[in-house]
Amino acid sequence: MKKRNRRLENVVYEFKHNKQAIFAAIYLCVIICVSIFVVFVNIDPDAIDVVHKLEFPSGAHWFGTDDMGRDYFIRVLYGGRVSLLVGVLAMVTSITIGVTVGMMSGYFGGIVDNLLMRLVDVFSSIPWIIMVTVFGLLFKRGLFSIIIVIGLFSWMGIARLVRSEVLSAKEREYVQYARFIGRHPARVMTGHVLPSIFPTIITAATAEIASAIMMESALSFLGIGVAAPMSSWGSLLQGSQQYLQKAPYMAVLPGILIILTVYSFNKLGDVLRVFVEPKITAGEKNE
Amino acid sequence: MLKYIIKRILQAVPLLLLITLICFTLINLAPYDAIDSITTPDMSKAEIEAKRETYGLNDPLIVQYGRWVVNILKGDFGYSLLSHTSIKYDLKIRIPATIKLVLPSYLTAYLLSIVLGLVAGSHKNKWPDKLIDGFCSVGISMPTFWFAMIVMYFFGYKFRLFPLMGMHTIGLEDSFADFMKHFIMPYVVLTVGFLPDLTRYVRGSTIGQLKEDYVIVQQAFGAKRTEILFKHVGKNVLIPLITKLGMALPMLVAGAVITETIFSWPGIGSYFVKAISAMDYPIVMSILVLSGTLVILGNLLSDVLYCLTDPRIKTMK
Repeated sequence: MKKRNRRLENVVYEFKHNKQAIFAAIYLCVIICVSIFVVFVNIDPDAIDVVHKLEFPSGAHWFGTDDMGRDYFIRVLYGGRVSLLVGVLAMVTSITIGVTVGMMSGYFGGIVDNLLMRLVDVFSSIPWIIMVTVFGLLFKRGLFSIIIVIGLFSWMGIARLVRSEVLSAKEREYVQYARFIGRHPARVMTGHVLPSIFPTIITAATAEIASAIMMESALSFLGIGVAAPMSSWGSLLQGSQQYLQKAPYMAVLPGILIILTVYSFNKLGDVLRVFVEPKITAGEKNE
Repeated sequence: MLKYIIKRILQAVPLLLLITLICFTLINLAPYDAIDSITTPDMSKAEIEAKRETYGLNDPLIVQYGRWVVNILKGDFGYSLLSHTSIKYDLKIRIPATIKLVLPSYLTAYLLSIVLGLVAGSHKNKWPDKLIDGFCSVGISMPTFWFAMIVMYFFGYKFRLFPLMGMHTIGLEDSFADFMKHFIMPYVVLTVGFLPDLTRYVRGSTIGQLKEDYVIVQQAFGAKRTEILFKHVGKNVLIPLITKLGMALPMLVAGAVITETIFSWPGIGSYFVKAISAMDYPIVMSILVLSGTLVILGNLLSDVLYCLTDPRIKTMK
């Protein structure tokens, strides 16, 4: 019990003494709240107003208007909903697959392990951008398919990580006892192994959201991601590319929001890592 | 050594076959019909059927797959469904274009990252480290295409320093100065894209190496800080970095998909994106095979390099 407290203390210490981490946490809270509550703002993101198209930022339109006269600021906020949603759900997909594969692989070992790890090899041997685009052809374009496709191609790292954690968790006395008294493997895994590797999963999950958001924006930018009328930060950037000369302000806001969001999720992951790997990071603050 | 390499290649073959098989199945499962890109709407049903027959699209999948693998082995990548040009010919033009862009960028990023990483790692938590590491965190979070757009806006539109698209101005194909003008923006974008990841890696291993005993010994002998850093630590940091070099081989195909697309660079990446949006599946498959092969070769290369540079490892025998 004492050890556990020490770990938490480390995380709290890291949080208090790391300005970037505080910034990341506050920023994420704000952007998530804004994304949730933006629906209550009384501006329609799809209201077309051709008279005021491609207008520069002003009091009426904080970030100007796009090529159809829609208020760009509100569109970016709505785009954030899609980007964050894809990020979180793709993370859930890839964590689910990764943890399942990693647990089975580590727990059963032998031929199961061998087969599953070869599968991981196959999946990680093709550059993701090629794999994802090819796989994307299989599904009709839409939010759901993007989430699935991103999730399907980002679980390999998590599977490897979980497998190695399970390998060591398997050797603990309480797990061995549970196996000895004949508990069903599924119950041992969910009841005893899973809780012990939970911190690792949380840390990986935060980083996973960041990379899913990046992947989504890249896909949308290439025109194979989120399709109109829905828009995400990536597809907004794709749209703004056409008007780069006339309306450069359109490229600024979505890009900065992507950077800040991805940065914050990564930072959060770094802070949480202190909890998972106290040995590696505990030394850092003393120097 | 040779035996080991041959063994590794033989192990890689089934993996590659599996990858191609999966991709082939996926593409055939996709809700598109390859025939659509060959036919025009005014063709009669009989004509379409005849086309199907000539392209062998009526054969069972496994026959189509077998035929395709045999052709690839013969060096025949087939023909584009859309433009009917030979894919082999297209690749011959496009691969050098990609290499011209990716290789200099990667090498620049590689060399820069060694210096930056060593400096950051040795000044851990002081201002040079904070600066470099901060740059890396932002760099990792920044989408390449966004950076490309910003660069394009300032240097292409605003100051009109560089042309926005392509590799050559028409009519000036042999001019080196013209090539450099086209080259500089995608090169910078790509270098900045590669840099943060590599720098972080070097920084991490530098921090790890500085805790080793040999550093303390050198300090005890009164060696200079820079000497320890670049002579002793540098060598040990380079070893894992050399493996990264091998792993970077597939970048020659897939490393610049986004950058090439945004700058209309006539390389593999933009070729691939065009093929994907047109459902030109022979091209997609060829590029898949190509990058799969490069991945396997790259892994092999990095293992071999690792053994050559680090005498402590003797797994080869």
